[in-house]
Amino acid sequence: MYAWIFRHLPGPLWVRIILSVLLVAAAVVLLMEYAFPWLSQFNPLTDSTIGVTE
Amino acid sequence: MTDVKDAAAPTRRAAHGKAKASERRRRSPFQVIVQVFGELLITAGIVLLLFVAWELWWTNIESNQKQDEALSSLFEEFEQAPAVPVPQNSDGGDSPEPADPPVLDEPAEGETFGVIYIPRFGENHARPLTGGVGLDVLDTLGLGHYPGTQMPGEVGNFAVAGHRQTHGQVLDLIHTLVPGDKIYIQTKDGFYTYVFRNNQIVMPDQVDVIAPVPTRPDAQPTERFLTMTSCNPRFGAEERIIAYAVMDSWQPASEGPPKEIAERVAEFYGKGG
Repeated sequence: MYAWIFRHLPGPLWVRIILSVLLVAAAVVLLMEYAFPWLSQFNPLTDSTIGVTE
Repeated sequence: MTDVKDAAAPTRRAAHGKAKASERRRRSPFQVIVQVFGELLITAGIVLLLFVAWELWWTNIESNQKQDEALSSLFEEFEQAPAVPVPQNSDGGDSPEPADPPVLDEPAEGETFGVIYIPRFGENHARPLTGGVGLDVLDTLGLGHYPGTQMPGEVGNFAVAGHRQTHGQVLDLIHTLVPGDKIYIQTKDGFYTYVFRNNQIVMPDQVDVIAPVPTRPDAQPTERFLTMTSCNPRFGAEERIIAYAVMDSWQPASEGPPKEIAERVAEFYGKGG
């Protein structure tokens, strides 16, 4: 899958390396900014309140 | 014999390499599926590790920054709004009954109304106190006040919750408190000094720890308690750790902060002004 994506990136080898680094970075930013904060509310290990947690 | 072998070897190797390359290109659908599945599994593992790093490391950086912002805007408010007139004792020198401390109205959900200083957690410890214990408050704004419990200085129980490992680690060192440790709370009215009494570890559903008299829901309060709740054990949440403190004294904002936190408070005013 990743090999397939790498092969289909445009440009010479160094452009494709830079592009793939950018793609990975974008995926990490999306995860940290949106996916993880949303996922965090389902993580029971951070409950610090007594009684019913909202 | 040796000559023939040497001459044939490169050809054979080339043919072998070619066969391998074409084999790689023409894979069966099954092989493709297995490879994609494997790559997805590896990706899922990396994403999970990233999540742990985010929760234990990044949330602290983010929340610390947001709490600092909340604190500096709070101190700007403190500076702009002059403190309400202080209830006066009969100024006959040694009056036996000290005046009751002023009590804030219960804040709206998400409204930062005060600062808590716990020198035992480090001389620079200061965290915002915000109304509400929803995740939106606890995740970004420090310690949250349980709605319906009392406010600082009020007879009864001023109960707050805070994260232990994540989102600023506001109560990470809660287990290191020693009886007699001072806990200072600053509001626009003044400084309330609480003295730590004891820790207790309870199950997450034991709500009576935030009752007006902790663990005695039917009792009539006569003292001013401070109760802090956090998760226990560290890196887990099977139980809750509770820290109880009792109010010792208070002083109006006009008298300045207690000595132990004076430097820290001055720093905040320096930054705000």
